Amino acid sequence: MQAQLFLTCLGENFFSPALKDMVEVLERLGVQCAMPEGQTCCGQPFYNSGFQSQTRGLARQWLKAFGATDGYIVAPSGSCVDFVRHRYVELFPAGTREHALAQATAARTCEFSQFLVNVLQVTDVGASFPRKVTYHASCHGLRGLGLRDEPKRLLRAVKGLELIPLSSEETCCGFGGIFSMVYPEVSRAMMEDKVNTIQASGAEVVVVGEPGCLMNIAGGLQKINSPVKAMHLAEILASRA
Amino acid sequence: MPIPHIDFRANTQRVSPHLIAATQKSTRTALAKRAQAIEIVGEDQWQALRQAGHDIKLHALTHLDEYLPMVEARVTQAGGVVHWARDDVEARRIVLEIAAQHRVKRIVKSKSMATEEIELNRALQDAGIAVFETDLGEYIVQLAGQRPSHPTAPALHLTKEDIAALFRAKLGVDAPPDPQTLCEIARGKLREEFLSADMGISGGNFLIAETGTLVIVTNEGNGRMCTALPPVHVAIVGIEKVIPDWEGLAVMLKLLARSGTGQKITAYTNLITPGGEEGPREFHLVLLDNGRSRMLQDEIARETLACIRCGACANICPVYNHVGGFAYGAIFLGPIGAIVAPQLLGVKVAGDLPFASSLCGACGDVCPVKIPIPNILLHLRHRVVEGDQFASATVSPILGVGARVGTTALGTPWLYRLGARMMRLFQASFRRGDWLPTLPPPLDRWTMARPFPAFRSDFRAWWRRR
Repeated sequence: MQAQLFLTCLGENFFSPALKDMVEVLERLGVQCAMPEGQTCCGQPFYNSGFQSQTRGLARQWLKAFGATDGYIVAPSGSCVDFVRHRYVELFPAGTREHALAQATAARTCEFSQFLVNVLQVTDVGASFPRKVTYHASCHGLRGLGLRDEPKRLLRAVKGLELIPLSSEETCCGFGGIFSMVYPEVSRAMMEDKVNTIQASGAEVVVVGEPGCLMNIAGGLQKINSPVKAMHLAEILASRA
Repeated sequence: MPIPHIDFRANTQRVSPHLIAATQKSTRTALAKRAQAIEIVGEDQWQALRQAGHDIKLHALTHLDEYLPMVEARVTQAGGVVHWARDDVEARRIVLEIAAQHRVKRIVKSKSMATEEIELNRALQDAGIAVFETDLGEYIVQLAGQRPSHPTAPALHLTKEDIAALFRAKLGVDAPPDPQTLCEIARGKLREEFLSADMGISGGNFLIAETGTLVIVTNEGNGRMCTALPPVHVAIVGIEKVIPDWEGLAVMLKLLARSGTGQKITAYTNLITPGGEEGPREFHLVLLDNGRSRMLQDEIARETLACIRCGACANICPVYNHVGGFAYGAIFLGPIGAIVAPQLLGVKVAGDLPFASSLCGACGDVCPVKIPIPNILLHLRHRVVEGDQFASATVSPILGVGARVGTTALGTPWLYRLGARMMRLFQASFRRGDWLPTLPPPLDRWTMARPFPAFRSDFRAWWRRR
């Protein structure tokens, strides 16, 4: 099995440890990883800001990087995958070569937990993480890709890990991309609610499968010097006792 | 009167924590009841109902040319009078004319978002007519001199203590903050108005084309009082409210009650076909366009008109729950309001609202008629920023230039990598360990709430070294 690593711009620039761990887990499961050099940003921040025509250039670059590759394309982000899978086809008129390429490439693009559970059909990746852990369901993975159980099935199979339920698990953390910059006060209020429920859960670690939410939640916990640590799912799955 | 630009950010900063707490308490209760009601129906059946509701509304919306004349014919046949109002001005004029013909001095109203939309109360009051809202929530909001802060629960931003204080100030009654007592007081006051009113005004939840029947659902019975006691009944109904038939109504009622309040059915479902021995002597139906036919031209955004005003999207929206209804600046609130307002009021007035969402998608999942609210939010963001065939862009062209620079830089691999390297240099003076605790504007909008993570950008180097 081959996987093309879709780093995502937030993943690549802020969360390289999680990316390295994603590679480690994939290779542990016998997946051959490749990394298309030409990849940059999928364009979602511009699209969601309303610059939908201008997003085409970024989509073309992404398709140039990934369009001619083989196998699945795997990303540590549900949001970027949701975007590539559902919006790229809308950016190019039906019947064009780009539309067909977008459609074919989108179909083999997966989020990390989705790839492990639904493609590789693996839930126990041989990880060990003897801590109390809670899980925040990121919106686009959850509602865009329908990932409700996949990350939790992976977590439950981790040796020693105690999965604690998070109240309002499916409530947005307030990141929302440009939303956090346009309406910072509202974003902050939502983030503080999320951080409060995480702290109240009694967990030592909150697991997030999304670089955007991770920036927001980890930052929020850092701001109040919380003992709770925010980690990407890949970091947990790469852990061994 | 033109509405000035709605400054959502400024509005959110004026909201009191008290209002937010009251709002969240109500929305939580409504959602819990909704979840219970859906559990009884069963998830599969609920999804089937949602699809059916969506299909019924979309079919009706795309066949208004067929169903609206049918409504007109049936209502007229039964002895009612149908009026067509192109916009709010025409709608107000029609109602004022009917009121003048009958020398109306006192009007009782049941809850209606359409009359809020056309600001009917002010026009009536300016004409010297006393208007009484009779839905308890609307009555409270009217007493307080406010506007509804939620589509189905207009006064949900007020606590029972707030309402007791309001009654003391406005009605001169000293009552404990007890819902039952407060309700009795309002009931007593309203009873006098019902009996003395010479006109009743209502909106309408649905209009059934095959029989020309107006459907009004309420939980207080005030809708029936308003439409049965006064000698004249005027209903103001948006043209999007029409559905083909009674079979469709069965679906819509199931969806509306469960989604809005978690009830199996609302306490009163009034089915009004004019004529017969009972009820008012005259029935007038005002069919209101006011921008709706323009909305229909947009194939993506027109699904907005399928809304049945249940309020579930507001209840679940994390943004609404942190800003309350008034922040939306008009009567179009929550996620659905954020897509209605830019279409009805224009992007110049309401262009902020499509951005008042984290795009979490909860509204789309909860909508009983499957309106793709997140998609429409994105569609309208595009309209605001780049413009489309329906409106020109309203943001500064400088932003477009910035986006051009940004997309070019991010879309060119060497520039993208150079940018990351520059950011690593730039961050040095701000860096504290793994974090950048404070950053200059505009990035301080982020760091006012939490630190920014430091740029690492070392994955590719690691990858190559392996």
